Amino acid sequence: MTGGIGGEAAIAGIGATEFSKDSGRTELRLATECVSAALADAGLSASDVDGLVTFTMDGNAEIALARELGIPELTFFSRIHYGGGAAAATVQQAAMAVATGMADVVVAYRAFNERSGSRFGQVSSSVAQQANTSGVDNGYHYPAGLATPAATVAMVAQRYLHDYGASSEDFGRIAVTARARAATNPHAWFHGKPITLADHQASRWVAEPLHLLDCCQESDGGVALVVTSAERARDLRRPPAVIAGAAQGSGPDQYVMTSYYRDDLAGLPEMGVVGRQLWRQSGRTTSDVDVAVLYDHFTPYVLMQLEELGFCGRGEAKDFVADGRLDLDGQLPLNPHGGQLGEAYIHGMNGIAEAVRQLRGTAANQVAGAETALVTAGTGVPTSGLVLTVP
Amino acid sequence: MTAATDGRSTATDAGRRIEEAAREIAGAGASAPDPARDPVNQAMINNWVEAIGDANPVYTDPAAAAASVHGELVAPPAMTQVWTMRGLHGARPDDDPLRRMTELLDEAGYTSVVATNSTQTYHRYLRPGEHVAASAVLEGVVGPKRTALGDGWFVTTRTTWYVGDEAVAEMTFRILKFRPPEPQDPGNSDDGTRTADAAPVLRPVVTRDNAFFWEGLRDGELRIQRWGGTLRHPPGPMPPDGDLEAEPDYVVAAGTGTVYSFLVHHHPPVPGKRLPFVLALVELDEGVRVLGELHDVDPDEVHIGLAVAASFDRIDDDLTLPAWTVRS
Repeated sequence: MTGGIGGEAAIAGIGATEFSKDSGRTELRLATECVSAALADAGLSASDVDGLVTFTMDGNAEIALARELGIPELTFFSRIHYGGGAAAATVQQAAMAVATGMADVVVAYRAFNERSGSRFGQVSSSVAQQANTSGVDNGYHYPAGLATPAATVAMVAQRYLHDYGASSEDFGRIAVTARARAATNPHAWFHGKPITLADHQASRWVAEPLHLLDCCQESDGGVALVVTSAERARDLRRPPAVIAGAAQGSGPDQYVMTSYYRDDLAGLPEMGVVGRQLWRQSGRTTSDVDVAVLYDHFTPYVLMQLEELGFCGRGEAKDFVADGRLDLDGQLPLNPHGGQLGEAYIHGMNGIAEAVRQLRGTAANQVAGAETALVTAGTGVPTSGLVLTVP
Repeated sequence: MTAATDGRSTATDAGRRIEEAAREIAGAGASAPDPARDPVNQAMINNWVEAIGDANPVYTDPAAAAASVHGELVAPPAMTQVWTMRGLHGARPDDDPLRRMTELLDEAGYTSVVATNSTQTYHRYLRPGEHVAASAVLEGVVGPKRTALGDGWFVTTRTTWYVGDEAVAEMTFRILKFRPPEPQDPGNSDDGTRTADAAPVLRPVVTRDNAFFWEGLRDGELRIQRWGGTLRHPPGPMPPDGDLEAEPDYVVAAGTGTVYSFLVHHHPPVPGKRLPFVLALVELDEGVRVLGELHDVDPDEVHIGLAVAASFDRIDDDLTLPAWTVRS
């Protein structure tokens, strides 16, 4: 298969609310604000929009958003499942709709009060006991007490430490890097608040081997991305971020956060599925990536993504991330916005916006001359990814 | 596996003793009528209707009452229980079935009480000057039931109020006598039966595909789905080779295996669990992995490869969870 999105579509606008712990307004209001901001950024209006895409988990129906914004008609609407794994796939769906002529301007959005409202880090009985196959799957885990995202990751992280001789400090280096970037990003919640590896090691256990500082924050906020054809995007206000590759992936014996029954527990094969498609579609390789925005809800999965995507061999991420390789001027600048550990947890959508800023050259922590950006979505779940390039 | 069976029979023995005592108390029949401290009187009626906010003049205004269907002043029916209340220092008589049942359940550790519901039936209005007496019988005792408050027994009594030999009112009254949760409960009772902490665990979704697994746990068996020669866990509706004609059965695992991976959960709280706790993904000797809590172990002593044995966490009559203990 040589198919793919092939640069036919582009991200023409990005928009966001502020990132907070208590937005003080409804999720629908957050959604309308970020979509309006993204349209303004693109130089488009609500009447130009004919498609909307979001996460299955998003609480804002496309039609509700269309009503509030005054979008008269929608010809395309779609939702992606599997939590944060949906992030890049919303852009993929939008790009496919545009490339096939199903819609001209599609906005991907995600808006929630994840900190002041329903917190993903707490135990959710409604998630555990949903009347579908995911509920059945959860029955082997939640009742026993494996009931939070951190705990589900900790099980895999423990095996990773064992199989590859990594340490908690190796996880910690990801957190320290993220907070260093956030410290100089005015939009980040942890702006001005870097941490040291000692801080990481001293932070309390959440689910051993994960410290508190291995876990991303919880946030209120919204992010929206305007997708249209690359051709149309060229004539809009902003330089387009061309979608050179867009892929989804699930792996063998896949579960949502609990793929514990595979032969090899200490991997993320679903991200390998995404990576192989991205390189093939975009014609790029790991060495072409100027900036990487890797989903970082929990630090161990950042190391494992580096391995699955081919930046280093299996079990070698602990060495790869040492020696400043992930710094802004390093070989692979990682999450210059501070990631979800440092900027905000907007289910990966803020990372896509950051990749666009990097290609435009307008980021708070700009990687000099960034022309190719890699973005990934939620890990431990069926996931997705993007390769974005300058025109 | 035998441990679980023994544990259940031990729990049943304690329950059987309570049930036998309840039968004896119920068999003793109604308690001797216990007379009210005072006759039905206007002063108490005046106070009560004022507190309740009942302005019906048939209770307080002789002229209005005389003109009513009653022809004279009457007492509010809902005051029936008021007349036989025992005051600040009163005690139920020795033969009162609720007193006897309460003492019995207190001794068995079900020390807390909450009234759950009562239903009253009034046969006629009472009049000032009448003197009532109450007699009670034990109607039923049901338990132990797992409730949000804790394990407990529902105790139902029926009280009848008499004037002389005439029954004037009746009440069915139900309480829950429960064992209050102990935050520091290590999870083991004296008889070795493992009891879950007070908050209910999240419950699994049971389907036709996996019912055998959950049924097995209730019987103290760790059942693994088998399609021909292939074992599969978690189970599903299809065999590995996609043969639509195939039918699965199961094997009962020996219950021995080693820790494949694990975590120590510290935060946030999880229903039914005491923090911190260890969760282990165990590779059974049969070759499949099963997840459960690893009990009675210092978290620092847990390591990948640790030999463990299956145990069974009985939550209630419907749910038993797979769990592990260190194999010595």
